[in-house]
Amino acid sequence: MSATTPSVFKRILPQLIILGVVLAFNVAVFPGFLNIEIHNGRVFGNLIDVLNRGAPVALLCIGMTLVIATRGIDLSVGAVMAIAGATAASLVSEGHHWTTALIGALAVGSLCGLWNGFLVAVLRIQPIVATLVLMVAGRGIAQLITEGTILTFIDPGLIRLGAGTIVGIPTPILIWIALGAGAIFAVRRTALGMLIEAIGINEASSRLAGINSRVLLICVYAMTGFCAALAGVIVAADIKGADANNAGLWLELDAILAVVIGGNSLLGGRFSILASLLGALIIQSVNSLILLSGMPPEFNLIIKSVLILAILVIQSPKVGHLIYMLRASSLHVQPEKSSSRPVLTPKEDAQ
Amino acid sequence: MPDDIRPLLHASGISKFFPGAVALDEVELKLLPGEVHALLGENGAGKSTLIKCLTGAYRRDGGKIELEGVEVDPASTNESQALGIGTVYQEVNLLPNMTVAENLFLGRQITRGGLLRRRAMNRAARDVLLDYGLDIDPAEPLTSYSVAVQQVIAIARAVEMSGKVLILDEPTASLDREEVQLVFSVIRKLKERGLAVVFITHFLDQVFEISDRATVLRNGQVVGERDLRKVSSNDIVTLMLGRQLEEKVQERKGGHAGEVLVEIEDLGKRGMVEPFNLTLHEGEVVGLAGLLGSGRTETANLVFGAVQGDQGKISKRGREIRINRPRDAITHRFALCPEDRKTEGIVGDLSVRDNIILALQARQGWIRPLPRARVNEIAEHYVRALDIRLASLDMPIRLLSGGNQQKALLARWLATQPDLLILDEPTRGIDVGAHAEIIALIERLREEGMALLVASSEMEELVAYSTRVVVLRDRRQVGELTGDQITPSNIIRAIAAEEPAKEATA
Repeated sequence: MSATTPSVFKRILPQLIILGVVLAFNVAVFPGFLNIEIHNGRVFGNLIDVLNRGAPVALLCIGMTLVIATRGIDLSVGAVMAIAGATAASLVSEGHHWTTALIGALAVGSLCGLWNGFLVAVLRIQPIVATLVLMVAGRGIAQLITEGTILTFIDPGLIRLGAGTIVGIPTPILIWIALGAGAIFAVRRTALGMLIEAIGINEASSRLAGINSRVLLICVYAMTGFCAALAGVIVAADIKGADANNAGLWLELDAILAVVIGGNSLLGGRFSILASLLGALIIQSVNSLILLSGMPPEFNLIIKSVLILAILVIQSPKVGHLIYMLRASSLHVQPEKSSSRPVLTPKEDAQ
Repeated sequence: MPDDIRPLLHASGISKFFPGAVALDEVELKLLPGEVHALLGENGAGKSTLIKCLTGAYRRDGGKIELEGVEVDPASTNESQALGIGTVYQEVNLLPNMTVAENLFLGRQITRGGLLRRRAMNRAARDVLLDYGLDIDPAEPLTSYSVAVQQVIAIARAVEMSGKVLILDEPTASLDREEVQLVFSVIRKLKERGLAVVFITHFLDQVFEISDRATVLRNGQVVGERDLRKVSSNDIVTLMLGRQLEEKVQERKGGHAGEVLVEIEDLGKRGMVEPFNLTLHEGEVVGLAGLLGSGRTETANLVFGAVQGDQGKISKRGREIRINRPRDAITHRFALCPEDRKTEGIVGDLSVRDNIILALQARQGWIRPLPRARVNEIAEHYVRALDIRLASLDMPIRLLSGGNQQKALLARWLATQPDLLILDEPTRGIDVGAHAEIIALIERLREEGMALLVASSEMEELVAYSTRVVVLRDRRQVGELTGDQITPSNIIRAIAAEEPAKEATA
């Protein structure tokens, strides 16, 4: 729960460094990468694109971080995006106001999350299996809503959520930053974060300490559903249509990846939403790098996986230990008791 | 000291530094063939670090290890096993879902043409285990046997793989009396075979029962090597603590109990605990005595709602209350320190501070976080009051020693200001110093008017703090002792009043 500034900085330092390096590569292949221009009252630039295109994964990883912190996982977020997009599109095309459509989509997404939470917290089904159900069924549900077509719409209010701007900044950027900040505030300024971590580390102990793990788990999955719904609405608004088959496809994996790059353990416990958000930006920067470098598109997925492998290797405990050893052997830290014994370098154990 | 015998293992000048701390300072350990050598010291004295240096789990920073006169340098536990140094830990680390034979031969399975020869393996396992006095079916899964049997299987595995030095790290911590004897009989056999056995435990009576010599560590240094036939337990404790432990005062301050706090009527759960009645007064300590499996833990769990009973009622101060889950119990100011500290008590990766305020925060609800200043105040108060030794309140609680973890858990519950504190094995696996402090704490809480329900397998301990002792056998209350009746022999007599239940050791 300790959220002092230096410790937060130390926590996200690896992610900041990696993001910096990936952005530097972007600049190397495309010198104008950092340029930001203003046309017609809207900011343009590759950096803005990274922030904008990264919005869906950023939104997903907020909820995903919390779910993973409870030792769970949510595979259904991509499908929930499709459901939410379809819901919003069908509501506006039926003539409802875009706010109704947004609220409806968010409600449906949260409901999906509640369903997952029910399976996990009440029926005690393993999260990976429980959410797999909706991952598979979700696209079917979305297709039922869109009646098998790509449901397009022209409602300017709804479109603005994905493609519009507020004071010149693309709306998706503002949305994910606002939700991210809100979530960080909610978990760190209340006891929520600590209780979620406690459940993820040791649920038996947490239950005996009086934590209502069932309710907390359900809330966390509902939150993930909410985030996914918001991402789904943004994606639909961006393309002015709901594509039940492709909206959010494979994005659950990017979201999990963002959480992992953010240094959060899949085994649950201590988490950092901020680091996950940086992870989402790193993924988007990698996407941008591949695009800008002009590689043939068939290499995209392979290059992406190589880059991500490299990032994960750098973050692995073994490599971290190696770096520590190299640093320690050059520093010659002296043990407390300095007697006539030869100086021995302290070593930490890679346990 | 028999200096003429060449030591089987001789470690000398072993040093180990952790950043900013000296964990071992030129430690010497000499093991003779055919001896049981106790390694003693308070938690944090360096016992585990020494063992890890010997088995290659840690790289030592100085010193040398000679095995049968030859210098060895194991870089991993596998290597030390191959050299002949085997280790068995307190928590049996075998694979519960596999059969006994598979566990015994894991990593060196009997195969022909790459295929397992299951029957040959089972046969071989049966022969091996017969040597250890176990006549069991090795084709059964490991979990169908008691912890003691599993412990013996773990020992057998270690000895069969290594066979020169056997290190036992608190092998008896979770065993009851009879089971300890089973393990001891195996140790005696190994001793006859000429192995050197290192025995680590917190139970001093066990040390004297089985060990020949002892090396005592304190703060990473050897403070003495003693022939146990020539010293008293008081000498050893003095060495360990570096101070004279005051003779325990057995005299009880008048068992003056206050008003009725909690009344339990016909509380029970089929197949777990027979319905029982129990009345708890303010300012009294009720001990729960009984053998392992007699229903001590189950009784404690039922009262706290950790297990939901299927009948009976609980009332507090004359009003009936409903307890279906721990949360309900906590609302009514009950508290439970569970038996299994690691899996049900601590939240390992959370800081000590968070662990201490966890129950209080959970009762307040997440929406009302305790202010940071208040959190620190509570945590610091209990660290001081209970003398919890730690480097920082921010360190993960799993890094604390057993005794300090237990104190932190007590702090967690005391912070909720309970009316009824239930302790299940409050002193299991903790060192002598913390042991005495926790007993003193129980006494102090009682004097302050708290009601305590304490389940323990330590008779002497129960005698020391209980104002009343309820004796359980076969999941039933079979007796109650009060006042001067409370003596270890009376408790044992009550437990054994009828034909003692056959312990399913085999």
